[in-house]
Amino acid sequence: MTKLQKAAAGVFLLLALLSLLGARGDSASAQNREAIAVSPSAKFPLGTDDLGRDRLARLIEGTRVSILLAPAAALLSTLLAAAIGGIAGYRGGRIDRIVVTVADLFLSLPWLLLLLAVRALLPLNTSPMASVLLTFLLLGCLGWANPGRLVRAAARTAANSDYVLHARACGVSGWRLFWRMLVPNLFPILLAQFWIAVPVYVLSEANLGLLGLGVSEPLASLGSLLRELANYDALSQNPVVFAPVAVLVILAGCLHLLVSREKALSC
Amino acid sequence: MQVLLQQVRRALLTILLGGFLGATLLRFSPGWGLDERELDPHLSSESRQAARAEYESERNVLIYYAHYLKAALSLDLGISRSFNRPVTGLLRERLPETTRSLAFGVTVGLLAGLVLAIANAYAGWRLLDLAASALAGLSLSIPAGLIALGCFWLRAPVSWAIALAVFPHIYRYAGNILGKAYGTGHVFAARAGGQSEPRILAAHVLWPATPELFALAAVAVSVAFGAAVPIEVICDAPGIGQMAWKAALARDLPLLTGVTLLITVMTVTATSVADLALSFARTSERRRGRP
Repeated sequence: MTKLQKAAAGVFLLLALLSLLGARGDSASAQNREAIAVSPSAKFPLGTDDLGRDRLARLIEGTRVSILLAPAAALLSTLLAAAIGGIAGYRGGRIDRIVVTVADLFLSLPWLLLLLAVRALLPLNTSPMASVLLTFLLLGCLGWANPGRLVRAAARTAANSDYVLHARACGVSGWRLFWRMLVPNLFPILLAQFWIAVPVYVLSEANLGLLGLGVSEPLASLGSLLRELANYDALSQNPVVFAPVAVLVILAGCLHLLVSREKALSC
Repeated sequence: MQVLLQQVRRALLTILLGGFLGATLLRFSPGWGLDERELDPHLSSESRQAARAEYESERNVLIYYAHYLKAALSLDLGISRSFNRPVTGLLRERLPETTRSLAFGVTVGLLAGLVLAIANAYAGWRLLDLAASALAGLSLSIPAGLIALGCFWLRAPVSWAIALAVFPHIYRYAGNILGKAYGTGHVFAARAGGQSEPRILAAHVLWPATPELFALAAVAVSVAFGAAVPIEVICDAPGIGQMAWKAALARDLPLLTGVTLLITVMTVTATSVADLALSFARTSERRRGRP
């Protein structure tokens, strides 16, 4: 780990700690009707939005959503990639061909379009909490293809390696061979893919939020907070609306730095 | 020829599967099978029954897909619910705008990424590497929507936002390809043989890496399409991306499926062309006896 990566890990942990220990309860959605769109003050360090909600509390909640759910979605897509890609590489034949074709399809479709299509199918009365979970669940379910192809290629190589042949010769076969021999050897690739996916999901949620298709109000997310930036007049009057941008760039930048260059490039 | 057929088969299979995915989404979308004629009091019960029967035959998703595919082959992708117009006409109307901005954005992003990666690999200047990596890292850490907002405030065209979204991916991939090419044995041998650095770059690094670098175009197209949605929405550009967003907000699945299918066809074509170029280049390399 380089010095820069250590610094990035430190900043990431600090952000995580602040967001997890910060504003709790309904402070992010509580409206202060006597303080609508006020400038930063001792009571509201980042001021309040047009609905009188504390911007700092909302920023903390939005960061918490990204910090907790993006890794969860990345874990889901990594597990799917391990299962689908691993089995395809290990079994080969028709299963392998089907998996490659489906992965090709997922890779040919821009993510955002897929997300838009599936989000459009969701019922209109989806609760805010359900919308958060569904957004990240969709991200996790749709993001398996790229890591899946890499895992499949690694599993194919491993399946033909000497130690697997030796294990086969010793009578180890089936699931035991897969879990005991292949999966541990795929672990470094899976770990790299997990870390690569986390910033991608943070940014995807931000994009969806900017388009108004992410987390529903009154829950806050980094994406939904960015929507305030669309109001150009408010920007010049109140530059603190840029705070979510700063947090997002720092968060995504730290996560990008944490994935070592070699790991990212080898994938 | 075999490679070409294989690529065409793969591309067709992917497109068919994409169509099936779209048709399945449509078939199970809320409101499918409900016809407003059923609420018309002027119609007799037989007419309403006939309207219902039109959907009955398509309840099976495979039959529905067969009908959808047959119609799609004659360029009939259905009627958009939100625009109340044929999807094909809407796509035809919006496609030129997206194609123009994508062509410019992909070209500029690709060239900027390649030029910086080549300059960095060749000269090895620390400052250049630092500046380019910082720019690429920053662009990668900003969602495409925010890049679009920046361009909107600066009154820059949509195509520049797309170029900025494409650039970091190309810079990183190209840097990786060139780094690997510089580490190969024949480069060391050429250097030991006293060849000049420009010649090594041209003959031993760039030339063998050309197919891989060419394949980056497919990556650029895919990234650009993904970025086009938020960029067109925020910059209010009347392209395919903005229409997909409007369709998603209005839950207009026929339109959304049409857009998805069109983009699948375009991305698959770009990927197949890049893959074909890659395999032809590798075959000719093998014929010339290079490893």
